[in-house]
Amino acid sequence: MAKAHRLIVVGGGLAGLMTTIRACESGMDVDLFSVVPVKRSHSVCAQGGINGAVNTKGEGDSPLEHFDDTVYGGDFLANQPPVKKMCEMAPGIINLMDRLGVPFSRTPEGLLDFRRFGGTKHHRTAFAGASTGQQLLYALDEQVRRYEVQGKVRKFETWEYLGFVQDADGNCRGIVATNIVTMEIQVFRGSAVALGTGGPGMVFGKSTNSLINTGAAAALTYLQGVKYANPEFIQVHPTAIPGEDKLRLMSESARGEGARVWVPRDGKPWYFLEEMYPAYGNLVPRDIATRAIHKVVYDMGLGVNGQSVVYLDLSHIPAATLRMKLGAILDIYEKFTGDDPTQVPMKVFPAVHYSMGGLWVDYDQMTSVPGLFAVGEVDYSIHGANRLGANSLLSCIYAGMIAGPAMVKWSKGLKNHEEDLSSTSFDDALKLHEQRASFIQKMNGPENPFQLLKELGEWMNRNVTVVRYNSRLQETDDKILEIQERWYRIGIQDRGTWANQSVHFVRQLYSMIHLARPITLGALKRNESRGAHYKPDFPERDDVQFMKTTIATYQSPKNTNLSSPFGVATDQGAPQFSYDPIDVSLIKPRPRKYDTDKASGGASSQK
Amino acid sequence: MEKSNQVEKFVEVQIKRQEKEGAPIYWETFQIKWRPNLNVIALLQDLQSSPVTAEGKTTTPPAWEAACLEEVCGTCSMIINGKPRQACSALVDKLEQPIRLEPFSKFPIVRDLMTDRSRMFEHLKQVKAWIDIDGTHELGSGPRYSQTLALSRYKMSECMTCGCCLEACPQYGPQSPFVGPQAINQLRLFNSHPSGSMNSEERLDRVMGVGGITDCGDAQNCVKVCPKNIPLTESIADVSGQTTRYAFKKLFS
Repeated sequence: MAKAHRLIVVGGGLAGLMTTIRACESGMDVDLFSVVPVKRSHSVCAQGGINGAVNTKGEGDSPLEHFDDTVYGGDFLANQPPVKKMCEMAPGIINLMDRLGVPFSRTPEGLLDFRRFGGTKHHRTAFAGASTGQQLLYALDEQVRRYEVQGKVRKFETWEYLGFVQDADGNCRGIVATNIVTMEIQVFRGSAVALGTGGPGMVFGKSTNSLINTGAAAALTYLQGVKYANPEFIQVHPTAIPGEDKLRLMSESARGEGARVWVPRDGKPWYFLEEMYPAYGNLVPRDIATRAIHKVVYDMGLGVNGQSVVYLDLSHIPAATLRMKLGAILDIYEKFTGDDPTQVPMKVFPAVHYSMGGLWVDYDQMTSVPGLFAVGEVDYSIHGANRLGANSLLSCIYAGMIAGPAMVKWSKGLKNHEEDLSSTSFDDALKLHEQRASFIQKMNGPENPFQLLKELGEWMNRNVTVVRYNSRLQETDDKILEIQERWYRIGIQDRGTWANQSVHFVRQLYSMIHLARPITLGALKRNESRGAHYKPDFPERDDVQFMKTTIATYQSPKNTNLSSPFGVATDQGAPQFSYDPIDVSLIKPRPRKYDTDKASGGASSQK
Repeated sequence: MEKSNQVEKFVEVQIKRQEKEGAPIYWETFQIKWRPNLNVIALLQDLQSSPVTAEGKTTTPPAWEAACLEEVCGTCSMIINGKPRQACSALVDKLEQPIRLEPFSKFPIVRDLMTDRSRMFEHLKQVKAWIDIDGTHELGSGPRYSQTLALSRYKMSECMTCGCCLEACPQYGPQSPFVGPQAINQLRLFNSHPSGSMNSEERLDRVMGVGGITDCGDAQNCVKVCPKNIPLTESIADVSGQTTRYAFKKLFS
């Protein structure tokens, strides 16, 4: 009998875990890699809920309506077929998660309850208190543990991905990874590899993301020549709690449950979202709310007490209702600021939250390298130019449901077994990364790596987020090139060979600096405004020129070799850009407006 | 401005250091510039960037773990001023100084404030903390149950496996087989689900021998330190009742 293949999954958030579960169900074994114990992945931070048109509220909701809201909310930048498929699978996914034991909130009849979220008029968001992501992740973590007990999953926790390895035919057949405690570097073979490594929030310094969301895995993959799509589309969430160490998310579910956004004007509360967008009010999509807050604070100078904050006010709602539906996020606010949001309005401000862009994938979640898949936030496929709230948990689970079986099918078509491949490409990869580790270990220049990231983050936050000008984007790219050179002059204090966090950080920083370039240059080259990408000098959406997927492909310098494993400071390679047409065959593009009701019908009238 | 006239304030932090298991233990003291709204993570981030002791000696940055910084991931557990808790939600202005940071003592040390808490996940395996679903294919909606049950299950399910309860429990430790409060609470969580309850007895079997429920000494420390206020002692009492009823049932059947 032929030897059974093994799959490799990198990343233990919702997407990686669902990929793992589906692969196991299809009879394959999985090696699962994660830089943290999988139960601590960033999916835990998703608060508000998960969308699916289960339609139990008598509102006439449907998957087609969900599909239309998602495509319209994404400002017609997503290829439509996978979005449709996801919305069709959404009710089934929510039912599945309920069967797995997620303690979703219920109605008096014991059915699943749903709440409202931004960018829709329907109660479509299932929720478990206000830590829905945590609860969904735990449910999948438990199922993976069940497979682990059965011997079908081997976990490699505290292992960090360094790159993928290809066979002679160019198929992805393994990875290189390092143990962040023992520091050993190893290659692992598999029939196919999936990356579910999350978003790049840390490239912006402070964000709503976990510290582990460096984007390093995606960047390393891009640096190996894999296509990276729509890098310039970065979501800035309108409501986060400003903080010294991080900007903590204050979920959109607060507004879904009735919170109002205001600033004092002429001695009275001014509910500016309700006035500017009467049809959707406080539940406009995130890009719209974020720009309105920027305008009110920066252009009109109306921030609360002259500071860069606005009020997010729940204090008119009974405290008992709030505790039941939003307990977890109220606790976060109270714990970190000392104020009780059931009594006083919260102070919030926009913060970098999510990357719509990511590794390019086809409709089976396969990247531009055969056998290498990407799932979840690290893939670009679903959210177009702006993601709707409560669609991220859904898209992560959806991607895993698709990728698991697709990887199994792909593996069955391979003509050889991974254990029988020549070791050359694996040996080369191992050698390169060992050289890189020892290069970093010896760095003794004057630059402080943590200061470098701080500088990068400040530039990215100032110039590559809510409002973008070409002159400042160009200056930012020049700055990134400077920081890239300075990276080679870093010095580290710790020369240890055990749990040396400085070495890991410096290696991640290299990747983060490289990923900052496609984000910035992608924005520079897109002369229009669409979803989260807004240029005052080009305020209109331009479907003729830019209703296209941005593709960034890294052109590497020629002089990388083992004696200079990071190349040379002065020649870092650069992203090349091309633009792919988008499949808009299911819903005809139309202007996106939230001051009036969405033009009726959308998908349902255009099939 | 009023503030500019004030003398610069500093926060004093003492950190227990150890390079790896078996290496010598020593303490280092640091002075960190005070700013408003500092938490223990922000202090450690300062040291990461500039690891200089109060005596002006450059040292290695202390090793520590963190991820979400919103107290939902359970990563940044450590002992702060004698109490096991999450570093992210430990606000400097609410702590007595000097602030003393130590790693958990009930788990193998990795380095400095990092410990290896993987044993907790083994406890979850032991109590079969999952629902035995038939598969992920479409099977319609899940079982109906009340909002009251949903709320009580949600509370139990907020456990982030941070380990504070185990650090505080006098019965738990490297030499003890006791599974501890977190796993017992998870057992109750799954036994309380309509389909999970179909395998209740299998789970109870796992806590009725050595290291099981009867090892609890009723110190009630667990519930006092749980950052999520999970009713751990209630869960222990509930599961204890379940095991008693199950033992009688086995005896008379």
